[in-house]
Amino acid sequence: MTAKKKKSPKAPPSAFTEKTVPPITDNPERSDTKAHEQIPLESIEAPKNLPAHGIWVYIEQLQGEVAPVSWELMGVGRQLADKLNCPLSGVLLGHDIQPLTELAFQYGADTLYAIDDPMLKPYTNECHSIALVQLCQAHHPEILLIGATTTGRDLSGSVATALRTGLTADCTQLDVDVDNRKLLQTRPAFGGNILATILCRDRWPQMATVRPRVFSKPEKQPERSGAVVWSDLGLDPSKTVMEVVERILDERTEGYLDEADIIVAGGRGLGSKDNFKLVEKLAQAIGGMIGASRPAVESGWAPYSHQVGQTGLTVRPKLYIAAGISGAIQHLVGMQNSDVIVAINKDPDAPIFRVATYGIVGDAATLLPAITQELGARMHGAPLGTERQL
Amino acid sequence: MNIAVCLKQVPDTSEVRINPKTNTLMREGIPSIINPYDVHALEEALTIRDRLGGRVTVLTMGPPQATDSLRKAISYGADHAILLTDRAFAGSDTLATSYILAGALGRLMDREPLDLIFCGKQAIDGDTAQVGPGIASRLGWPLLTYVTKIDGIDPTNQVFQVQRKIEVGREVVRCRLPALVTVVKEINEIRYAPLPDLIRAAHYPVEVWTNADLGLDASQLGLKGSPTWVNKISTPPMREKGEVLAGSDVAPAETARILADKLIPHIVVPNR
Amino acid sequence: MTVQEPTQQQLNQERWRDVPLEFEAIVVGAGPAGLAAAYTLAKGGVKTLLIERGDFPGSKNVMGGILYSYPTHQIIPDFWKEAPLERPIVEQRAWLLAEESVVSIGFKDPGFYEEPYNNFSVFRSRFDRWMANKVVEAGATLITETVVTDFLFDERADRRRVAGVVTNREQGEIRAQVVLICEGANSILTQRLGLQEDLSPGDLAVGVKEVIALPKGAIEDRFNVEKGQGATIELIGESTQGMFGMGWIYTNKDTLSIGVGVMINQLSRSGMNPNTVLEKMKQHPAVRPLLAGGETKEYLAKIIPEGGYHQVPKLYAHGVLICGDAAMLVNGVHREGSNLAMTSGKLAAETVIEAKKKGDFSSVTLKAYHDRLQDSFILKDLKKYENASALLQSNPHFFTLYPKLARYSARELFTVDNVPKKDKQKKIWHEVTSRRGIWNIAGDMYRLWRTLG
Ligand SMILES: Cc1cc2nc3c(=O)[nH]c(=O)nc-3n(C[C@H](O)[C@H](O)[C@H](O)COP(=O)(O)OP(=O)(O)OC[C@H]3O[C@@H](n4cnc5c(N)ncnc54)[C@H](O)[C@@H]3O)c2cc1C
Ligand SMILES: Cc1cc2nc3c(=O)[nH]c(=O)nc-3n(C[C@H](O)[C@H](O)[C@H](O)COP(=O)(O)OP(=O)(O)OC[C@H]3O[C@@H](n4cnc5c(N)ncnc54)[C@H](O)[C@@H]3O)c2cc1C
Repeated sequence: MTAKKKKSPKAPPSAFTEKTVPPITDNPERSDTKAHEQIPLESIEAPKNLPAHGIWVYIEQLQGEVAPVSWELMGVGRQLADKLNCPLSGVLLGHDIQPLTELAFQYGADTLYAIDDPMLKPYTNECHSIALVQLCQAHHPEILLIGATTTGRDLSGSVATALRTGLTADCTQLDVDVDNRKLLQTRPAFGGNILATILCRDRWPQMATVRPRVFSKPEKQPERSGAVVWSDLGLDPSKTVMEVVERILDERTEGYLDEADIIVAGGRGLGSKDNFKLVEKLAQAIGGMIGASRPAVESGWAPYSHQVGQTGLTVRPKLYIAAGISGAIQHLVGMQNSDVIVAINKDPDAPIFRVATYGIVGDAATLLPAITQELGARMHGAPLGTERQL
Repeated sequence: MNIAVCLKQVPDTSEVRINPKTNTLMREGIPSIINPYDVHALEEALTIRDRLGGRVTVLTMGPPQATDSLRKAISYGADHAILLTDRAFAGSDTLATSYILAGALGRLMDREPLDLIFCGKQAIDGDTAQVGPGIASRLGWPLLTYVTKIDGIDPTNQVFQVQRKIEVGREVVRCRLPALVTVVKEINEIRYAPLPDLIRAAHYPVEVWTNADLGLDASQLGLKGSPTWVNKISTPPMREKGEVLAGSDVAPAETARILADKLIPHIVVPNR
Repeated sequence: MTVQEPTQQQLNQERWRDVPLEFEAIVVGAGPAGLAAAYTLAKGGVKTLLIERGDFPGSKNVMGGILYSYPTHQIIPDFWKEAPLERPIVEQRAWLLAEESVVSIGFKDPGFYEEPYNNFSVFRSRFDRWMANKVVEAGATLITETVVTDFLFDERADRRRVAGVVTNREQGEIRAQVVLICEGANSILTQRLGLQEDLSPGDLAVGVKEVIALPKGAIEDRFNVEKGQGATIELIGESTQGMFGMGWIYTNKDTLSIGVGVMINQLSRSGMNPNTVLEKMKQHPAVRPLLAGGETKEYLAKIIPEGGYHQVPKLYAHGVLICGDAAMLVNGVHREGSNLAMTSGKLAAETVIEAKKKGDFSSVTLKAYHDRLQDSFILKDLKKYENASALLQSNPHFFTLYPKLARYSARELFTVDNVPKKDKQKKIWHEVTSRRGIWNIAGDMYRLWRTLG
């Protein structure tokens, strides 16, 4: 009832307006395949009465590099697994992924479920969701955690629907109720003003996505190892419906703000672009990156990619220095998980002081240079960043 | 090209005011708007229709007041609007919502075939980004999320090509039709309805479908059909009380020294 | 694939695009004045277009206030049966605040808890939205997010007639026989027609308001009313830091509206910001316990035109009428506004309905609006208080000294200390006259009586 009867695949290239794109392949059979014939998702039954067991973490990888959030999830997954007294497993999908398998154990997995198939490289929603759904149906995990990256969100919505289970996006806290084995998924609601704890009833796996940097990355344990359970994808390559033609990676000259260990951030209180330079100087002196509140970005003092907060990035550095930032809730949600927060603000009642580890009431324009000098000197002219490859 | 666009009416969170003193939400009188990403989805659908012909149908699931959003979509140029409203739909989570929307789209397809379904990348009130993928999964359609550009559409061969945002850049994907696409704001600029269209849209008779029209399985609707439920609401935890270092009465250099004493142990640590 | 016959609904679908874009009346602004006007027009069979710049009617006017029952009932009979209302007001109190104390006068009548009621606390965002639905049901066309920026004129040798409006949208011109300006305070359009000169800060007050959440029961206990009933308090004196203006507290269902209005020129003279004035009033020992434990949910500032009778512009011209705040129809002394707005909107609409019958929308026919206002309480009241604002503004002691004296006198009288009452009165009189001189007081009282009485 849905797809229209298609014309012959040999039809002349037509009606493309901006750019002529040839058909995906010239396999004539495919033209008669309706999109939804690939997997009859409607027929999938929720694993209602099956004994679900174990915590799974989806290990997101791109061209052989694992997204840091996957290891962060492995860290929190370990804690949950210990509480529930069940195994912690990783799920790794891709092609030529053998070299990555050890890492999963070193970051805390007991088992690794993996599928190595050329069709899984690169990521497509189609093949990866089928793969993950198949693994879940074969092994019935109790809990499935996925990083809330663009890929993770793309995947989790499809998988949860196919498995007819609940999914909670962007959790900031995870815990388990040991008695009824429920995953307590806490996420901000209404712009971070309240926290809602969400439960999933009678469906498995209980699925949650978590934003990067919400949890810290566990220590790597080089001595740990475990068993890899390999499976086959078993899809017919001629029947795929989508194909990645090209991947254009952003050029990044500097590191990712959300991976920085030290961030020095400035806000409207700095008053001018010139004063904002004081923030840059301090960041430079101590090997950190700059962050900014929204007004600072809107005034053109810092690029948008450095905005911290609800409509910017969530960061979790070891040290966050906030100068001339009032601490509006939209900013706080992006940085309040930092290990140490220093606030410099001339208003003693500024809300930023409520989250600050160390608060200094005073003028940022005079304090920043003094701090730059002191910290710069104490670190013997060898900024931490260079030593520690930030 | 027949296109359906799923719209959600949401409270305008950019107008959500926060009480500066208590940092709590002020909810009174917040206007409802069409979810901003959905407006871009609609705009993209209209652009494609204007180029390739066909019809654009907008659907929304919501209370009767959501008619306002549908009429607004009509004033922008949509051809047809359907409101899905039923007591039984209330309280649906993303799983149940995608079930209802997929059911309605299926019903629409009994009337006219669809080539594309557009959604916004996520709704600003819940930020879950799950309904679009959910509908695609229910219909068994290919899914392309975070689309920033539609490079081209070939209706004859039933393929199209898009660019989509990924964590580290973007990718170009070719996909067959029909498909479901979720869009980000960068994809286009929104049009502003001319006055005559706005006035006429005010008289648009929105088509209303209840579950009597859709005949969906009641156990999969609303609260009953929603596996997730809110167990507890709390306020964000306060951090431990901080320490106030020397205030404005101390020389900046002295303050800097005290601060450095505190910070050095935190920042001179081995790589984690 | 099954192909279905088109339904009636689908047939309608095809026809809606042919709706003609012809209107007899355009109403600018969907506040109380515009809603009342558009409703009356639509009910009277006039093809009406109502244009609002906000996202929805009431969106630019989110705060609570008092809605007067009588004028509303005249427009929509028995509105209380379905409109979103907060509490019917059964008690109105006036508080004269001095630094630490208060002298209170009140009037409570349980009869106000019965139909047709006296007045209600409401949230405009809800009430206006409800009323807008009524307007649409009555047959008017409502469009939002559209700003009227100018007029279309028909120029003839003998006269210039308003013939429609220009909006900020593409193809944004639309014609009608008559335009009703219901734009609210500081109406640009009225000025555009040259009917109103620029307003001075002495004609405008600024109102700031907060909504504070409290449990229903706490509200009823603290204001000493029965379940579901409401009370209002008007505060003068210390409430405005001695400036010309007034403070108020209204009870809603589970919130309080608290606010102050102060003349702009006085504020700028004192260098104070209106938030500070409100903040100080909230800290007053008589006020604080009413609010204790409450959480601020909303904050709003808005202009109130208080120029009074002398600043009322010419209310009509060829093809145009002006209503509500746009016409300065605000009673600063009783701080009534929405009732004047609604009634003026209704009277303007009735005038238009008659003009339509006559087929003449020139100022000759539209002048009847002015006469109707003159016969109504609106201009009568405004005339009565025509000098009030000037008097009160030029005599700051009404807001500074008298509340203090009232407090002093009351305290003396109510303190039980075995001093004979007669002696007390003497003492009070002595205190009072020593502070402002007996003749001055007599003069003040006389002037106040002449202007307000
Ligand atoms: C939907 C929405 C999303 C948002 N998203 C974000 C977001 O992602 N990130 C974000 O940051 N904001 C965001 N905001 C904006 C947010 O609400 C605040 O407006 C913003 O964070 C305030 O930035 P600020 O602290 O730099 O400026 P202000 O609030 O103006 O604070 C300036 C501070 O500097 C202090 N100060 C002034 N002079 C000095 C001086 N000489 N020395 C020291 N201190 C001084 C002042 O006391 C004040 O506390 C969002 C808002 C909305 C509504
Ligand atoms: C703080 C405060 C408290 C008050 N409390 C009370 C009270 O308790 N009781 C009471 O009776 N009165 C009260 N008033 C007065 C009352 O609010 C006004 O008198 C009343 O709202 C006037 O109605 P209106 O329709 O003339 O104007 P408004 O309510 O101002 O409505 C005008 C409408 O026109 C729209 N508009 C303006 N310009 C344009 C344009 N160019 N194009 C399209 N649309 C436009 C606006 O968005 C608005 O919706 C209070 C006023 C204030 C400021």
